[in-house]
Amino acid sequence: MRRTPRDTAKSVRTISRRGLVMGGLQAGFIGLLGARMRYMQVDQADEFRLLAEENRVNIRLIPPKRGQIFDRNGITVAENEPAYRITMVREDAGDVDETLAALARLVRLDPDDLERAITEMNRSAPFLPVTVADRVSWDDISRVAVNAPALPGVTPEVGLSRRYPLGNDFAHVAGYVGPVSDRDLERYEDPEPVLRIPRFQIGKVGIEAKYEDVLRGKAGAKRVEVNAVGRVMRELDRRDGTPGANLQLTIDSKLQNYVQARLGEESASVVVMDTRTGDLLAIVSAPSYDPNKFVQGISVPDYRALNENDHRPLASKTVQDAYPPGSTFKVVTALAGLEAGLVTPEDTVWCPGYLEVGGRRFHCWKGGGHGHINLENSLRESCDVFYYDLSMKVGIEKMAEMARRLGLGEEHGLPMSGETSGIAPDKNWKKRRFGNDWMIGDTVNAAIGQGYVLASPLQLAVMTARVATGRKVSPRLVKTVNGVEQESPPAESLGINENHLRLIRRGMNAVCNSRRGTAYRARILTEGYQMAGKTGTSQVRNITAAERRAGVTSNADLPWKRRDHALFVDFAPVEMPRIAVSVVVEHGGGGSSTAAPIARDVTLQALYDGDPPLEAYPSAVRGRIGTQQEELREKRIDFSADGRSRA
Amino acid sequence: MSYLEYTVKHTPSGLRKVLYLNWGLVLVLAAVAGVGFLMLYSVAGGSYSPWAALQMKRFALGLGLMFAVAMVPIWFWRNMAGVAYGASVLLLVLVELYGDAAGGAQRWVDLGVMRLQPSELTKITLVMMLAAYYDWLPVTKTSRPLWVLVPVLLVLLPTYLTLRQPDLGTALLLVIGGAMVMFMAGVHWLYFAAVIGLGVGLVSTVFESRGTPWQLLKDYQFRRIDTFLDPSSDPLGAGYHITQSKIALGSGGWTGRGFMQGTQSRLNFLPEKHTDFIFTTLAEEFGFVGGFSLLLLYALIIVFCIVIALQNRDRFSALLVLGIAGAFFLYFAVNMSMVMGLAPVVGVPLPLVSFGGSAMLVLMVAFGLVQSAHIHRPR
Repeated sequence: MRRTPRDTAKSVRTISRRGLVMGGLQAGFIGLLGARMRYMQVDQADEFRLLAEENRVNIRLIPPKRGQIFDRNGITVAENEPAYRITMVREDAGDVDETLAALARLVRLDPDDLERAITEMNRSAPFLPVTVADRVSWDDISRVAVNAPALPGVTPEVGLSRRYPLGNDFAHVAGYVGPVSDRDLERYEDPEPVLRIPRFQIGKVGIEAKYEDVLRGKAGAKRVEVNAVGRVMRELDRRDGTPGANLQLTIDSKLQNYVQARLGEESASVVVMDTRTGDLLAIVSAPSYDPNKFVQGISVPDYRALNENDHRPLASKTVQDAYPPGSTFKVVTALAGLEAGLVTPEDTVWCPGYLEVGGRRFHCWKGGGHGHINLENSLRESCDVFYYDLSMKVGIEKMAEMARRLGLGEEHGLPMSGETSGIAPDKNWKKRRFGNDWMIGDTVNAAIGQGYVLASPLQLAVMTARVATGRKVSPRLVKTVNGVEQESPPAESLGINENHLRLIRRGMNAVCNSRRGTAYRARILTEGYQMAGKTGTSQVRNITAAERRAGVTSNADLPWKRRDHALFVDFAPVEMPRIAVSVVVEHGGGGSSTAAPIARDVTLQALYDGDPPLEAYPSAVRGRIGTQQEELREKRIDFSADGRSRA
Repeated sequence: MSYLEYTVKHTPSGLRKVLYLNWGLVLVLAAVAGVGFLMLYSVAGGSYSPWAALQMKRFALGLGLMFAVAMVPIWFWRNMAGVAYGASVLLLVLVELYGDAAGGAQRWVDLGVMRLQPSELTKITLVMMLAAYYDWLPVTKTSRPLWVLVPVLLVLLPTYLTLRQPDLGTALLLVIGGAMVMFMAGVHWLYFAAVIGLGVGLVSTVFESRGTPWQLLKDYQFRRIDTFLDPSSDPLGAGYHITQSKIALGSGGWTGRGFMQGTQSRLNFLPEKHTDFIFTTLAEEFGFVGGFSLLLLYALIIVFCIVIALQNRDRFSALLVLGIAGAFFLYFAVNMSMVMGLAPVVGVPLPLVSFGGSAMLVLMVAFGLVQSAHIHRPR
């Protein structure tokens, strides 16, 4: 069909007009797009740039290196060792089952762990590493590294884990670390992010817990670039954290180790203190346990065994437990009496073997009595009646006051878990605690460290050090933090008449070095190293009148739980005291027969800084001591042999 | 046999036609395709594979096709318009019956030699068909209701088939593209005003009805529309892509972060970064300067087409060229609006830049038609 020229002209006009209108609309829209582009890219650029950075950059924490713990001579107590584990990345592994089978031929894989790892792998993103074997040996790691080509996606990784090279010896002192639990997180108002790092370890008990803030250090951080699915592409920059501070303890590992071995499986405590500085040279609770097991996650049967053991290995008895101090408390009663001017060195008391108070008969340990006895001899022979009599004159208030001056009935702020304050009872205390009035019988019981009086082995050592020096010595456990000496307040005078103290020390000297002393058999012969002490035997049961008439049952015939506690405190050398020692053996029988020999061995070990010569012992026991030293040497750590020392 | 009412004796013949090609347009097309190669190289992390090299081959093939199409006289193409339209509708039906599914929608049909996306082809064949229709229709009848209904049906048939795939973006483009040709052919503007008015009225009535007892859509349907219109209401689902796209675009700033330095695209925060969202990578790496330059290149192509159309007294040629320009405009306008958060996300590629064979080849054939119209214009 042909079009007329008029039609053609009209068509061209229409199309031109409409085409230009359309072109104009399009130009307008293009202008709109340009304006929008400018608005977003120029006006809002900073905002979007920030959002892009937030997308791209992730901050990852670098766990700080935990501070190490050393003993006073630089021997390592707690250190960080590389902990090796094997991880696997699913997407790199190819055939997961085949790779795991290849890995199992090289390394022993725990089936439970493996199952857990496979579940985790299937659940998490394919590029995330999953631990298939934890705490593997260096040999296993090298085998994996050598066979790397056959194990696609398998990577050996190194982290740090806590290790206690001295094992049992420091379990109660240093404590242990463990992974952060939900309970730990609840303790903090605003938990540091570092605590949420998987496998991060924090102190659970002991110094590890008490010095957590110092030991932990500050976490570092690195900024990494991640892609849309969270895979790390590269590290942008990193700021290293501050490692935790190193601690140096006052403990002498060698002595600590000896004491632990000497106590063996006894349920017992020993505290050795430097009387001049208050430094705790050894603070041992037996039996002990291996803290390394807790770091790695203790098995249920192992934990149950520890928990159900009636010797309570988990308890830190030196500071947590308070015992009736028994006759060791007579030092307090005597000093209270002397300071109150109610007794003189010459005063004597008639001991018929008992004292009648308010119609009740209080017995002396020696049924036949001591006859006429003065203060010095009452200490030497541990006459109970002398103190019954004295306490009624002195009264409980003065006794309690003296007990507190000597460090009983109060906490000493040691960085160990669960320190007890013990009890130095007075009238108010009883009123508060039981709502009852104080009875005279209570005073009489307290006079010989029975009844309400309770003291921890640590407090007994402090008491002994204070008696030995006349100064207010306080215990110290941490010597330096990051090389900075921890100042302890200067030990000022107790304000007790030096003559009175001298009298007490003479009495304690006689306990060990006089033929009639209760610890004469546990004396030290070496001139200048002799010790002065006080025995104590505290009852954990009541002896009925009927039993007393029939003859008191000997400890050996009683079940363990009902036997007496054996206590002994001493300081040495007598002339110029350097150390104070307290020994408590739970249900150990008599202070003189069980606790005193241990105290003597420990004292000698501390004074000689090693095994003493047999000449230090009375000739009668030398043979036995020789064998004992042999046996103990078998059980002890040889500190001279390897490179443990890093002073 | 009807032939053009003007003489063709001045029309160049043989190889001399090459001299009469609009070489300016060829140059701008090559420049746009070059931008595409650069960006495909960048999003592959500095590699010709898997996208840039293939895209170059396709562009070379496209150029060849363009020249071939340009050599053939335009009146031949006008006569083929019905066949082309019929073939593309047939292909759409074939897709419906045997098509390959990709991304949840059936869009491809395997022709043995290549996998073709018939909906892309339809965008051009529909324009051809409508141009031929209005060339055939006496000018005076253009606005008669019955003669308006015919092109409306011609548009709605492929639109319906495309909607079934479902491909809402292409369907919209077909409707608007068709309407543009009708507008330029001279259909009375009251028709357009009426349709727009009716559409606005209908949509607002549906939205008005929300929350009233006579609610026209179910609640979940409204919620779907909400997400479609405002993806930020669903930031982790549908909104994630558009949010990331806007971040990439905005963070480009004036001059961008540098070639292959765009963190959003390199770290895979961008979706479909080699196809529908490739403009964001350009805007991120070359900033406003880069993005706006590409926009200007596109505008230049439109300008070339309008000038070519205005120079051409042949009704079919002018309508065809303007229609192709309109379809081309819709491509990049919708794509850019989408990545800038001005329009909902519909699957429309950036013409000549996005990786994709069908769109590239179809567009090059279309520009071949433009060149043919230009060479064989009445003189």
